[in-house]
Amino acid sequence: MTLLDIVILLPLVGFLVALLIPRSNPALVRTFAAAMSLMTFLVSIGLISGFKNDAAGLQFETNVIWIDNPQIHYHVGIDGISLWLVILSTFLTPIAIVLSWRAVKERPKEFYAFLLLLEFGLVGVFAAFDLFLFYAFWEICLVPMYFLIGIWGHDRRIYAAVKFFLYTMAGSVLMLVAIVYLYLRVGGGSFDYATILSAIQSGRTPLTSTEELWLFLAFFLAFAIKVPLFPLHTWLPDAHVEAPTAGSVMLASVMLKMGTYGLVRFCVPLFPNAARTCSSWIIPLAITGIVYGALVAMVQPNMKKLVAYSSVSHLGFVVLGVFSFTQMGMDGAVYQMLNHGISTGALFLLVGFMYERSHTLAIADYGGVATVAPWLSTVFLITTLASIGLPTLNNFIGEFLVLQGSAQVNIVWTVFASLGVILSACYMLWLYQRIFFGKASEEVEHHITDLTGREWACVIPLIIMMVWMGTYTQSFLTPVTNATARLLAPIAGTTHTAAINGGSQHAH
Amino acid sequence: MLTNWMPTSAEYFRFLPEIILTAVGTLLMVMDAISERRGSPLYGNISIAALVAAAVASLTAFSDPGPAFSQMLLVDGFATFFRILVIGVGILAVLASYRYLDRENAEPGEYHALILFSVMGQCVMVTANELMMIFIGLEISSIATYVLAGYLRDDKRNNEAALKYFLLGSFATAFFLYGVALIYGMTGSTNLSTIHTVVTGVSPTIVAVSAGLMLVGLLFKVSGAPFQIWAPDVYQGSPVPVSAFMSAGPKAAAFAILLRIFMTAFPSIGAGWAPLVWMSALLSMTIGNFGALTQSNIKRMLAYSSIAHAGYVLVAVTSQSDTGTAAAMFYLAAYAMMNVGAFAVVTHLSGKGEKHVSVEDFAGLAVRQPVTAALLTVFLLSLIGVPLTAGFFGKFYIFQAALQSHLVWLAILGLLNSAVAAYYYLRILVVMYMKEPGETTLNLEPLGMGLSAALLLPAAGTFVLGIFPGLILNFAGKSAMLAR
Repeated sequence: MTLLDIVILLPLVGFLVALLIPRSNPALVRTFAAAMSLMTFLVSIGLISGFKNDAAGLQFETNVIWIDNPQIHYHVGIDGISLWLVILSTFLTPIAIVLSWRAVKERPKEFYAFLLLLEFGLVGVFAAFDLFLFYAFWEICLVPMYFLIGIWGHDRRIYAAVKFFLYTMAGSVLMLVAIVYLYLRVGGGSFDYATILSAIQSGRTPLTSTEELWLFLAFFLAFAIKVPLFPLHTWLPDAHVEAPTAGSVMLASVMLKMGTYGLVRFCVPLFPNAARTCSSWIIPLAITGIVYGALVAMVQPNMKKLVAYSSVSHLGFVVLGVFSFTQMGMDGAVYQMLNHGISTGALFLLVGFMYERSHTLAIADYGGVATVAPWLSTVFLITTLASIGLPTLNNFIGEFLVLQGSAQVNIVWTVFASLGVILSACYMLWLYQRIFFGKASEEVEHHITDLTGREWACVIPLIIMMVWMGTYTQSFLTPVTNATARLLAPIAGTTHTAAINGGSQHAH
Repeated sequence: MLTNWMPTSAEYFRFLPEIILTAVGTLLMVMDAISERRGSPLYGNISIAALVAAAVASLTAFSDPGPAFSQMLLVDGFATFFRILVIGVGILAVLASYRYLDRENAEPGEYHALILFSVMGQCVMVTANELMMIFIGLEISSIATYVLAGYLRDDKRNNEAALKYFLLGSFATAFFLYGVALIYGMTGSTNLSTIHTVVTGVSPTIVAVSAGLMLVGLLFKVSGAPFQIWAPDVYQGSPVPVSAFMSAGPKAAAFAILLRIFMTAFPSIGAGWAPLVWMSALLSMTIGNFGALTQSNIKRMLAYSSIAHAGYVLVAVTSQSDTGTAAAMFYLAAYAMMNVGAFAVVTHLSGKGEKHVSVEDFAGLAVRQPVTAALLTVFLLSLIGVPLTAGFFGKFYIFQAALQSHLVWLAILGLLNSAVAAYYYLRILVVMYMKEPGETTLNLEPLGMGLSAALLLPAAGTFVLGIFPGLILNFAGKSAMLAR
C-alpha cells in the first residue's frame, strides 16, 4: 500500500465513519471531518516530498486486479500533473469543511460526510490510470455534489442540482461507450490506460481516422461539459450560484479541473490526430468562451454569478493552452488549472463570508465595505489582483504561458484571447470598486464585520499559495513540465512522421 | 424395457425444489381451510422456510447437473442461476408482505400459497428444455400471478389489474402456443436441442413465423415494447408487494426462457430475429424512460422504468453471444434486487388502502427516517447506474456485449436513454432529501422486521455486486453457454 492509496482511502473511511456518528452530536461530526481531511492533506504532503522529478512514468503506483472479468485494475499512480491536482483536492477539502462551520446548521452530519465522499472521488479521478476506474470515480463525484447543491443550496437549488447531474451524466455516458469501445478494440482485454495508450501510439492496433474522430468526440463532449467549454457552460452559473459556499469552492476549484484534466490526460494523447483536426473549431470556442464569459461577468448584478462567469472565461485559457499543442501552452494550461483552483476558490470563499454576514449576493446591496472591514477588503483585493493576473501573483504565470504557447502557433488567437485578460481586470476591479469603496450604508455597517479567526484560517493558506505560486513558480512547474513533455513527445512525433510521410509521397 | 421409463432417484433429486414448493403450497392451502388462525405470521414464516429449502435444494441439485424426465428438464448452471434468482425474489416479496397483508386485513394463507406456486412455475420454466414444459411452467406462474394481482378482491383497482393482466396475458400465451404448435408440426419435436439440429432442414418461412409468434408471447411477458401497454396499469393496480414480485420474478423467468429458446433452438436464424429484438429493445427503453418522466404515481413510474429495464436486457439478447447472455443474467439479478427494494419502500410508505403512492408522499423521508431514505437512495442510484452499485455493472456488461457484437448505435442510444432515466429517479431523491416532511412521512410507522429485511438484503446485495461483480458474473459467464 503506497502513500497514494492512503490518500485515496482516508476520505472514504472518513465518509463511512462520519455516517456512523450520532446525529445528535453535530460538533463531533465537523471536528471529525476537519481532522480527517487535514490528516489526508498532511499525508498527501508526503507525496510531494517523495516525488522524484527525474523519474519517468508513474510514481506511487499500485496496480492490482479489482475485477477479473472483464479485467479491471485498481491502477493508481501520479505524475507531475496528477500530483498537483491531488494536492489541490486535499488542500481545499479541509478549507471547505472549516468554512462551513457556521453556515451549515441543517443536517451537518450528511453535509460533512458528502464533502469527504467528494474528496474520495476527486482524488480518485486524478490518480486513476485504468479507464474504467477513472470512469467510476468520475461518476462517484457526481453524487455528493448533487446532494450538496440540492440540500444545502439556495432558493433554486433543486433545479440547479438536477441540471448539474443531467448535464454531466449525458456527457459521461457517451464517454462510457467510448471507453468500452477502446477496451474491445485496442485494449486486448484490459482497461489499463498505459496498455491502451501504448497500443495506439506504437501503431500495433491503429485506429482508423473515423474511429479516432468519433472516440475523440465522445471523450471530448464529456470533458467539455465539465470544463465547461462555451456553449456547454449553461449549467455552471446555476450550479455555482445555488450551491452552498463549500460546494461552490469545491466545484470551481477542483471539479471543473476534472474536465480539463481529462482533456490533457486522455483526449490529446489517445487521439492526437483527431485533436489536432478538431482544434480548428475547439480553439475558436475556447476564445469565444474567454471573451463571452468575461463580458457576461461584467454585467452580472450577483457576485456569485460574476465569479461563476469569470470561471468560464478563465477555463477558456486552459483549453486554449491544451489545444495549442506546445510545451508552453500545455504547461500554462496545467498551471492555470491550479491557479484557478486557488484564486477562484478564494473568491467564492470570500463572497460566501459576505453572504453569511448580510444574506445577500446582490452587488448593489454592498458598498463601502472597506471602511467597516479593512482586513476582509485587503484579502479580497489580493485575491482580485491574483485573479486578474497581476505579476508576482499566481494567475499571471499561467496566463502568460498559455498566451505564449498559443502565440507560437497563431498570433491572431492570442490577440483575441488577450482581450480576456483586459476584460477580467475590468469586471473584477469594477466589482471591487462597487463593493468596497464608497460610503457604507447602514445595513453594511450593521452587518459586515471583519474576518474572524476561523475565517483567517481558511484564507491565509490560499493567500500564501497565491504568492508562492506567483513567485517561486519552478517548485511547482518542474514536475508539470516533465509530465507534459512526456505527454507531448509522441504526439509531436506522430505529426512529424505524418509530415515526413506526406513529403515523401510528394517526392514520389 | 419398462425400467427406462421410470425416473431415477437422481432425476427426482433434480426436481426437488419444485416438489418442495408444491408440497408446502398445498399444505398452506389446506391449513388455511382448516385453521382458525387468521392473519397469523405463521404462513409467511412457513413459506420463507419452504423457499429457503427450495433454494438449498436447487444448489444441491446443481452438484449433480443433468437432464431429468426424458430430457424434459435440464438442470444446468443457467437453470440453477435463475432458480435461485426467482426463489430469492419470492423470499423478498414474502418479507415485504407481512405488514402489508396485516394492514389490508387480507388472508395470508392463500396469498403465500399463490406466491409459492408462482415461484414453482418459474422454476419449471427456467429448468425446462422443452417447449411443452416451458409452456406448463409459464401457465403455472402466470395463473398464480393473475390471482395475486387481484388479491384484494374488494378493491376495484385490484380487480381491474387482474382482469387486464389475465385477458392480455392469455392472448400472449396463445400466441406463444401457436408458435410451439407450428414448430412441432414442422420438426416433430418440442425438445429445444432437437429443434436446433433439424430446424435447418425445414421451411425457413414457417420457422420464422413460429419463432416470431413465440417472440410476441415472450415480449409480452417481459413487458417489452410494443407489447408493454398492460404493465403500467397492472403494476399500479396490484398490491404493492405483488407489483414488486411481478416486476422481478416472472420477468426474470420469462427472460430466461426467451434466452433459452432463442439461443438454443433458433441461433441459426439469428439474423432474422435479431433486428426485431433490436427494435423492441430500443422502443422499450425509449417508451419506458420517456413514459416515466411524467408519472406522479410512484408505482406507475416504476412500471415504466421496468419497461425500460426490460429494454436494456433485450439489448443483451440482441447481441446474441454468450457474453450477452451472461450480461442479461447479471442484469436481471441486479434488477431484481434494486427493483424489489424500491417497491418494498413503496410498500412501507403506501399506508392502508395504498393512499400514499405519489412521488410527493416521499417528501422529507430523509428527515423522518434517514435509514429508509438511504436504502432507497442506494436502489435509485443503482437504477440510474452509478458506479459501485450492481445496476452500474449490469448496464456496463450489457453495453459491452452490445459493442462486442458491433451494435454501436444501440449502445449509444441505450446509454443516452439511461441519462434520461436519471431525471425521474432523481425526482424521488429530490423529494426525499430536499423537501419538507409531509403528511405521509410525518405519520410514518417504523420499519417492521420483515420490511427491514426486505430492504437490507437487496441493499447489501446491490453494494456487494457493485464492488465485486465477479461473484455472480463469473458464474453467469460459465453458465451462459447453453446446451445446444
